[in-house]
Amino acid sequence: MNATLVIEWVVKSLVIILVLTGGFAYTTLYERKVLARMQVRRGPNRAGPLGILQPVADGIKLIFKEELTPHNADKFIFTVAPVITVVPALVITAVVPWGREISLFGRTFTLYLSNVNVAVLYILSVTSISVYGITLAGWSSNNKYATLGGVRATAQMISYELALGCAYIGPILIVGSMSLVDIVEAQAGVWFIFLQPVAFLVYFLASLAEVNRAPFDMPEAEQELTAGYHTEYSGMKFALFFMAEYIKMIAVAMIGVSLFLGGYLGPGIDRFPILGPVYLFIKVAVWLFVIIWVRATLPRIRYDRLMALGWKVMFPLALLSVMITALVLLFVES
Amino acid sequence: MTIMQIIFLITASVTLFAALMVVSTRKMMHAAMWLILVLFGVTITFALLETRFFAIVQLVIYIGAIAILIIFAVMLTRRSMNADVPQVNRNWWLVMVSSLALFVGLVTVMSVWEGFFVTARTAPPGGENLVQLGTALVDPNGFVLPFEVASLVLLAAMVGAIYVAAERKEK
Repeated sequence: MNATLVIEWVVKSLVIILVLTGGFAYTTLYERKVLARMQVRRGPNRAGPLGILQPVADGIKLIFKEELTPHNADKFIFTVAPVITVVPALVITAVVPWGREISLFGRTFTLYLSNVNVAVLYILSVTSISVYGITLAGWSSNNKYATLGGVRATAQMISYELALGCAYIGPILIVGSMSLVDIVEAQAGVWFIFLQPVAFLVYFLASLAEVNRAPFDMPEAEQELTAGYHTEYSGMKFALFFMAEYIKMIAVAMIGVSLFLGGYLGPGIDRFPILGPVYLFIKVAVWLFVIIWVRATLPRIRYDRLMALGWKVMFPLALLSVMITALVLLFVES
Repeated sequence: MTIMQIIFLITASVTLFAALMVVSTRKMMHAAMWLILVLFGVTITFALLETRFFAIVQLVIYIGAIAILIIFAVMLTRRSMNADVPQVNRNWWLVMVSSLALFVGLVTVMSVWEGFFVTARTAPPGGENLVQLGTALVDPNGFVLPFEVASLVLLAAMVGAIYVAAERKEK
């Protein structure tokens, strides 16, 4: 463990965090622009050319807003809940590779922070921690709507985590490794979306439920729960929840792209390894577009339907996909 | 003293302190939070031994699943916000004696085992051998019997839970 290696890790971690927080700001703008175009509006266009300074304006507004803490809230948990929500979102992409190796300043860098052999399990464990923030936020607010939102969020996220976990197994079985670098490299010939279409579909839907996006945004259903678990939050604490949601959107897009859409691979990657992050960025942008498209198109589904879909359709489907994959692999091997 | 030892000492003391707080704090939700800290300390201990798989499995199962269910149950409990409920019932001394006896008994039984006095080793670089672990779980000469018994117990618990939760039709 030498000093240059430590510096390299620190720089890479900082880059990841900066890209994610910057990505959060511009995903909000991206979403508002795309939604506006789909509804034949223009969207934010006053702050800066084409509205590109809108996220900055939003940020400044949120910093100067008054912070309220309900009188009977559990002060400590109320304060740490937003932090517990944001931190998992920030660290989850540490195992997602951005590219291969590049040479810079006479040194060879790998374009990923870590290549651990349990990367996929790591992702599962971090997603399971992010449930806490929402649950505790809902409970500690001491507000009926917030508590109901928190309870709903917990039930929903635990239910969909199962299907999500099963969707990971297909690519792992094919590659025989849980490292995301190995999984991406194995897709040089054919992307896993063509080998694992069911797992891909299950992953896409379950990840929408996992990050509480439409049509699964039950925890914050405005009409029934005012704003769900973050009803009592204001100012920067609210901004942290907002941030966590968008960073998680980016994170599930990055993970999904790496698992099913060939990650950083693309034409010319062998000659110019620097293209890796570019391909990853393009694929993530397309994925986010589809997520926003779904929000603009589909109404929220009823809570009992949501649970039925999770347990009676997606989970068995994911299990079936795992079983068929395993059998086909056995058949091919023998 | 190496950095690893210092990290271990800090982790161990925080874990033990948190374990004490789990049973001594007044609010149920805070007890649950302290429990999560205890489980997290165990995760760090696993990570210090470089057993990546066990560290992450500890995180997924205990923190990600079991503790969240405990929090879920506390959330649905009435008056979970106040601290004015009595902390112990009148059998507290019985529980203390039996848990002390259990602790002493476990330590006595464990001290007979030769591995009890061996210094802990870290896992080989690259983490533990997962394939070996997987085959040992389904090997008749390995752990297939405990594995199957555990799954049977879980199945029974699941059937029981469904029976308890099922809506019964009147008449």
